[in-house]
Amino acid sequence: MTERVATTNRATTGIHEGCLISAAQLDVAEVSRILSLANELESMGFKKRAKVLEGRRAALLFYESSTRTRTSFELAAKQLGATTTLVSDKSSSIEKGESLKDTGLTLRALGAECIILRHPSSGAAEMLARFTGLPVLNAGDGWHEHPTQSLLDLRTMLSHGLGGELGAAGQVDSRTLAGKTIAIVGDILHSRVARSNALLLPKLGARVVLCGPVPLLPDAAEEIGPGVSVERDFIATLQQSDVVMMLRIQKERLAGLELDLAEYIAGYQLDEERLKKYAPKALVLHPGPIIRGLELTAEVADGPQSAIEEQVHNGVAIRMAALARALGGKKVGKKKKKDDDSKPVEKKGKGERK
Amino acid sequence: MSESVKAVLIRGGVVVDPSSGVEAERDVLLRDGLVAAVELPGVLDAVMEHEQPEVVDASELTVAPGLVDIHVHLREPGQEYKETIATGTRAAAAGGYATVCCMPNTTPVNDTPHWTAWMQAPEREGAVRVHPIAAATVGSMGETLTDYNALRDAGAKGVSDDGKPILGDAIMMSALLAAVRAGLPVIQHAEDTRLTGGCSMNAGAMAFRLGLRGMTVEAEAGIVERDIRLLEEIRQSTGEMPHLHVAHISTARALAAVKRGREHGLHVTCEVAPHHFALTDEALVEYDTNYKMNPPLRVEADREAMLEGLLDGSIDAIATDHAPHAAHEKEQEFERAPNGITGLETALGLSLKLLHRQHKMPLSRVISLLSTMPSEVLQLRGCGSLSVGSKANVVIFDPSADWTFHARRSKSKSKNTPFDGWRLPGPVHCTISEGRIVYRVV
Repeated sequence: MTERVATTNRATTGIHEGCLISAAQLDVAEVSRILSLANELESMGFKKRAKVLEGRRAALLFYESSTRTRTSFELAAKQLGATTTLVSDKSSSIEKGESLKDTGLTLRALGAECIILRHPSSGAAEMLARFTGLPVLNAGDGWHEHPTQSLLDLRTMLSHGLGGELGAAGQVDSRTLAGKTIAIVGDILHSRVARSNALLLPKLGARVVLCGPVPLLPDAAEEIGPGVSVERDFIATLQQSDVVMMLRIQKERLAGLELDLAEYIAGYQLDEERLKKYAPKALVLHPGPIIRGLELTAEVADGPQSAIEEQVHNGVAIRMAALARALGGKKVGKKKKKDDDSKPVEKKGKGERK
Repeated sequence: MSESVKAVLIRGGVVVDPSSGVEAERDVLLRDGLVAAVELPGVLDAVMEHEQPEVVDASELTVAPGLVDIHVHLREPGQEYKETIATGTRAAAAGGYATVCCMPNTTPVNDTPHWTAWMQAPEREGAVRVHPIAAATVGSMGETLTDYNALRDAGAKGVSDDGKPILGDAIMMSALLAAVRAGLPVIQHAEDTRLTGGCSMNAGAMAFRLGLRGMTVEAEAGIVERDIRLLEEIRQSTGEMPHLHVAHISTARALAAVKRGREHGLHVTCEVAPHHFALTDEALVEYDTNYKMNPPLRVEADREAMLEGLLDGSIDAIATDHAPHAAHEKEQEFERAPNGITGLETALGLSLKLLHRQHKMPLSRVISLLSTMPSEVLQLRGCGSLSVGSKANVVIFDPSADWTFHARRSKSKSKNTPFDGWRLPGPVHCTISEGRIVYRVV
């Protein structure tokens, strides 16, 4: 079933190779490169780091509100020396009806070399990449994907020793997470984070268990790729998990779905008692925003097994790596990037395509 | 179309006429808009001396009754930026179609004899014959029936609220009763819209993967099953046998319902669009909106059921659901882009590719599904046949050759097709509609 994703030939669609649209597009070697690059950029002195993308221009195009993702992309770009500009749907010509395509082309004409897109429609990042020919970093498109989130989740797991020493150093392969079980619990249907993680983690050998009630987790979810299974029972899920990733109920996307919250809490809330009893060693993650008292309790969120704040912290390093990769900063580790003051030539023929 | 046109003599071709069973070398003479003679090669040469017919050389080509599309959207009046009757019928001619039936979801909706007549008027410059299908309810709002007798008298060949279902049981019941009394079929767009709000593709694994809301099989099949129950009730209570035609069927379950209805002696027919037997929802992996239509592309098992239905005769006709949209409309976020693809110029090629080449369906049967049988479904007299006295509707094509379809060269005003660049069998050499050559490769 994953073949259809793997066989997609992005080269033929005019999509820039620096794009990060989906976790499915990354092979494990590429994941390893991104993680190593994140480590390298993070440990670099700030002056040196500020040269990596000096003078380069990234646009943040946000059609949905965001705290973590937007800020960390912005901080990441700035730490690498790039300039950023923020366009949001609320305060731009998007309000006047300008299309995604025209907005993208306008940003390109204004000199944006890379667009970081957050959008409520699944597939918007792929489309923008096709329309503009620019590297597009998907900062969350509808229910579809949020690939940098899955990479920072992975980095958090590795920093907690799940992939051994090599893993912590950002060197991963298809066995790094062999034998590990990562549970993703809650509103899977509406979660782009769940999809990206379910596509990414099995590439490193992990088992991904998706857990939630039928309305929030269709049986068909299992077919997303190898190494992914569906489990309805939360306790059984906890008992087998090395990592428990809790998700927020996305009330804004429920649209007509009826959900009894009390029932949901009774079945799927992660509280201290359940955690201690069934998964006392598991790492607790959450992509945020968290709703304390709903999917998990405050005690768990702030407790010793929680790595939620680390996840946020790891976002900056991963997004630095994604930006460096997008803008051709792959060789940043090497001495002295060629001082290229001339503005990068726009890729001809990569632009607007029919 | 009343001006007298020169006689046409088609020489040297192989006539494949499903209506008469002829499948042999024949010359065909067309005169006064009708088939005047079909004879062994050379027999009609004498005609050359009496009158000077336009001679069409069909050597090594297939000569078949002009294709009939019982489901197109020509967008006029009201959405001329997508298509007009003039451009849509030119695309039809290029695709081998001599006759098209256009759906009423124009702006305004074709729910009156006035608009039904307007669409057929010479001022519209239709290249091929246009038979309107009129709205089943006023404004296609699903509340009040239109005047079926008056619409029929104005030329409507069926009633439908296509694009929307006739949802309420009571209104559908009245529509079926009124239609049978007017001698018209009710053409149902089978979609329970109470289940499909916000959906932009088929429900299932692919929809989950792409993060899009999916339309379930139930939403289509449930309406077909309901409609068949209504036919049964009507038969039991009144003895009447209304004709239900299921538009663009796409699921195995809906097709099974159609078969059961027919087995029970009810008058149920259905059509399938080429994309539903050529493609599946796996094609959506890149969110290309040229794969977005309603009903949506389904899974492989449904696609196979459509092929099987065509092969075993349980599907009555192939219809394109030609649905042009402007580039700026399709170049939007997947969920916002409108449903529909063009289809008039690719239907013959796709049918030949999938049915004739891949599944060994005899050529005459493919032609029947594209011409003879759709004519029967909507009782289009004189269409779908090359027997003497039939309308002079002809398509001449080469089933053994291949061609490449280029969207940019399409005669349609819109280019929203997933088949751009596809290599297809059966290039059309000539299309004749009621005796006039409306498409010819020089």
